[in-house]
Amino acid sequence: MTETVSSPIVVIEALRKRFGALEVLKGIDLTVTQGEVIALIGRSGSGKSTLLRCINGLERFDEGRLEVAGQPLSHDDPKAMRALRQKVGMVFQSFNLFPHLSAGRNITLAPGLVLGQKGSVAEATARALLAKVGLADKMDAYPDQLSGGQQQRVAIARSLAMSPAVMLCDEITSALDPELVGEVLQVVEQLAAEGMTLLMVTHEMGFARKVADRVVFMHNGRIHEQGSPDRLFDHPETPELRQFLAALT
Amino acid sequence: MVDFSLWDIVRNLLLAARWTLVLSLIAFVGGGTLGLALLLARLAKWPGAERSARIFVEIFQGTPLLMQLFLCYFGLALLGLEVSAWVSASLALTLYSAAFLTEIWRGCVNAIPRGQWEAAASLALSLGEQLRHVIGPQAMRIAIAPTVGFLVQVIKGTALASVIGFIELTKAGSMIANATFQPFLIYGCVALLYFAMCYPISLGSRALERRLARRG
Repeated sequence: MTETVSSPIVVIEALRKRFGALEVLKGIDLTVTQGEVIALIGRSGSGKSTLLRCINGLERFDEGRLEVAGQPLSHDDPKAMRALRQKVGMVFQSFNLFPHLSAGRNITLAPGLVLGQKGSVAEATARALLAKVGLADKMDAYPDQLSGGQQQRVAIARSLAMSPAVMLCDEITSALDPELVGEVLQVVEQLAAEGMTLLMVTHEMGFARKVADRVVFMHNGRIHEQGSPDRLFDHPETPELRQFLAALT
Repeated sequence: MVDFSLWDIVRNLLLAARWTLVLSLIAFVGGGTLGLALLLARLAKWPGAERSARIFVEIFQGTPLLMQLFLCYFGLALLGLEVSAWVSASLALTLYSAAFLTEIWRGCVNAIPRGQWEAAASLALSLGEQLRHVIGPQAMRIAIAPTVGFLVQVIKGTALASVIGFIELTKAGSMIANATFQPFLIYGCVALLYFAMCYPISLGSRALERRLARRG
């Protein structure tokens, strides 16, 4: 638990998002405090990934308000978006490592261009981050030489290199072989323990129960239920959540 | 009848082949620059860029190069602009190349998975940085084969410039064939010279592809 006063780092109010005629987010209200770990669960199509992608501006929302670290999102202002994306990091289901760059170069690219970190400083930071995710010897390896779990860990290190305040994890273990899931979840657990604000869309309920401060269950574009992991998993209040949990076991 | 030695023939053909190469180079560099500029304007979503680029591409892809050459020479003359064969041929081939190259390169950029763009954007890279460091290098690797294929077409397409009085390899070949009454020999030499120009480019492209592939 944090000793300092927890301030809201992400504030979402009445967020709506439509894809053509289909309304995917039907009014989301969510406040995330600094250091909080939130697990977003729900059926596919419930809007979890879309919500996550709205937070770092990959999706443009239609109505409502979204603020990160006190700054409202403005899509048409490239400088504002650049500042936002320095504060919000994202890790993807399909890793999205840059295949033409080594792991080390993947990590140092953005800090070099955006934060002005060059040369030996950048390299040292990259090495430290790779060591942190357990891949100290993979600095010069290319993504196609790495396993899925290793690639995802490099992706996490790449995101961390920008020193974000919030990390968004969009089903980061869903594309991994089961035996590789653990090594990635271990890294995320460590991040959570260090006080990183995390928003994870996940199907790993065991992990959510262990690490999350709050679980948010989304259904049909709305937040259907939310609460502590124990409360949500052991005493689901709504039939939709009960149905969802039953389908998982 | 004057007897022409093989060396006479080949020497004259080589002199004309220079112009084929120079014209091809102009078309490629000019067309490449224009094509790239059009592509970047479209990627940056400048207002009107997509529409004007598409109209430009439709015009120059949908009409014969021969007709474009005619219009650049005789058409401009009708409008009062006296242009030399060089200028017209260069202009027509540049516009023609630009239309094809911008589409080839746009296809290569589109072939890069969305996830690459999203990851780069999530790391706070600007569009220019995304293109230069993430998308560009990957798209270039894919672009080599179709671009070189088109370059070879341009080299052969310069033969059409003869209709506006431009003396290049094919025209020189036909003039010499008329003078020496040895068309098979002459045109055989012409074909060999075109091949000698195109083949090294294909070899170079394969070497380039291999070099870019080695980087992972």
